[in-house]
Amino acid sequence: MSGEKTVLPLSLDAAVVREKRRSPWWEVWRRLRRNKAAVAGMSVVILLVVVAILAPVLAPYDPNQTNIRQRLQGPSSEHPLGTDNFGRDMLSRIIYGSRISLYVGFVAVGIGAIFGGILGAIGGYYGGRLDNFIMRCMDVLLAIPQIILAIAIVGVLGTSLLNLMIAVGISQLPRYARVVRASALTVRGQEYVEAARAVGASDRRIILENILPNCMAPIIVQSTLGVAQAILSAAALSFLGLGIQPPTAEWGSMLSSGRQFLRNAPYLTFFPGLAISIVVLALNIFGDGLRDSLDPKLRQ
Amino acid sequence: MLRYFLKRLLFLIPVLLGVSIVIFVIVHLAPGDPAEVMLGPSATQEEITNLREQLGLTKPLYVQYGIFLTNALKGDLGRSIKTNAPVVDEILERFPVTLTLAILGMIFAIAIGLPLGILAALKQNTWVDALASFFALVGFSIPNFWVGLMLMLLLSIYIPILPSSGFDSWKNLIMPTIVLGIQTMAVIARMTRSSMLEVIRQDYVRTAKAKGISDRLVLTRHILSNVMIPVITIAGLYFGHQLGGVVITETIFSIPGLGRLIVDAIRAQDYPVVQGGVLFFALCVGIVNLLVDLLYAVLDPRIKAQYRAAK
Repeated sequence: MSGEKTVLPLSLDAAVVREKRRSPWWEVWRRLRRNKAAVAGMSVVILLVVVAILAPVLAPYDPNQTNIRQRLQGPSSEHPLGTDNFGRDMLSRIIYGSRISLYVGFVAVGIGAIFGGILGAIGGYYGGRLDNFIMRCMDVLLAIPQIILAIAIVGVLGTSLLNLMIAVGISQLPRYARVVRASALTVRGQEYVEAARAVGASDRRIILENILPNCMAPIIVQSTLGVAQAILSAAALSFLGLGIQPPTAEWGSMLSSGRQFLRNAPYLTFFPGLAISIVVLALNIFGDGLRDSLDPKLRQ
Repeated sequence: MLRYFLKRLLFLIPVLLGVSIVIFVIVHLAPGDPAEVMLGPSATQEEITNLREQLGLTKPLYVQYGIFLTNALKGDLGRSIKTNAPVVDEILERFPVTLTLAILGMIFAIAIGLPLGILAALKQNTWVDALASFFALVGFSIPNFWVGLMLMLLLSIYIPILPSSGFDSWKNLIMPTIVLGIQTMAVIARMTRSSMLEVIRQDYVRTAKAKGISDRLVLTRHILSNVMIPVITIAGLYFGHQLGGVVITETIFSIPGLGRLIVDAIRAQDYPVVQGGVLFFALCVGIVNLLVDLLYAVLDPRIKAQYRAAK
């Protein structure tokens, strides 16, 4: 009898262990898959990434090939989205534009998340005056409206692709710093961090191996929504003439140059704007779904 | 209460100091020499050197910052390189326009966003909710400059009922208000919905309903008063965001406001204007955040009590 008694809890333990072995990410994926809107958003994002990668194959024309005789032609079977004032094919330009938008979005968020994350982790982990100083610096950045800050930075660094990404990245720093700091503060006191310290792990190692992996969930959610925001900001800067410069096919600057033909060729502004809206909407829907799956408590 | 207010006002000072340092450094790292910009391409090297001397540009950076800061505290932000007018005058001349737009945008955002969020929450998981939530998400995702151009196309070109540019009558304000407020509207709708859903499930709401209070009264007295707090937080945060948004709106509709002033100044390398303009924006954002904090106390007796206790 007593033998059976010991067997039962053991097998239960084994079941619990097996359940836990399924990584938490698998659980997230399972929840995400059930959210139809999130799956749709994700599919659109993946589709756009594929379009961006395969742009040379998919685009019917060279996006920079001018043809004055065919300028400002409305949508037709030859040019599904029409041609611009230089006779360039709009569909091809929009397809190529997806490369820049996604690239700027991801790199800008990369810059913001990496530097913001490091600052937040350091602040949250060490606490005290250093933390105070870092967070006050973030308050300063937050006090300047994002777009104004980005404009000022681009104005100084000059207009180029890299500078645009830096400007948008810096203006997004505070949100990542805050998110990571908040997680670092809660993780800091956990036993496994103390254990790591007790066995003599360096601060750097604790931050990289214990603190950051535990902040991944909020970072991922913030980043997904951040890419959407970054794409919007970058397009806005290009629209103001402070981002990507013509003739590069970029949605914001295409919109801006199409503006003067609003009356006679409205499709020049309509389609690039629609493209931006679709990408940003898909990323936001996906980000929302991701947040719900990563933190089911928030779901309502 | 007053003490808390003064304390918060004091917190604003380091932030503004920080902003002044950040913007001062950004502006002074910029390529291009203000003296060269002022004198134009025909200037001789000697003239440029003289003017640099005169403007104090040969002094070390921290001395220049010290001078800038002392002057700024006296309300002097220097003179525009382009027009030679005092920067403060240029800012104050354009500020009313920008403030009007920002306030109208916020009124629009709350007037549409709040009912939309309430409706979505009351009809949770129905098609009304789905539609309202999707509408909010779209409002949050579409670029506002595109919305501006499409509105212009629709209401100034196809059905010409509104002017597409200028700032003379109330008609000029309609489209800019929508463009400026649309994102905030979306955020407020989302915030209202989620905070409603939270409040609806609270015990005190169930108690109120059990007491037989009419649905309408429960909604206004018990639910909405609690929903307002997070909504106001968001509205306050986005007010600063909207002040930034005027840059776009003013550009599209050719409105002579503060946002255009800064963008034009950056293009013209008119650094004193950039510097002063950004500092002024930060001051506005800081003041709005302060007002939002005070508003909490008015709306939420619990927070008011905390202030009293802290005294």
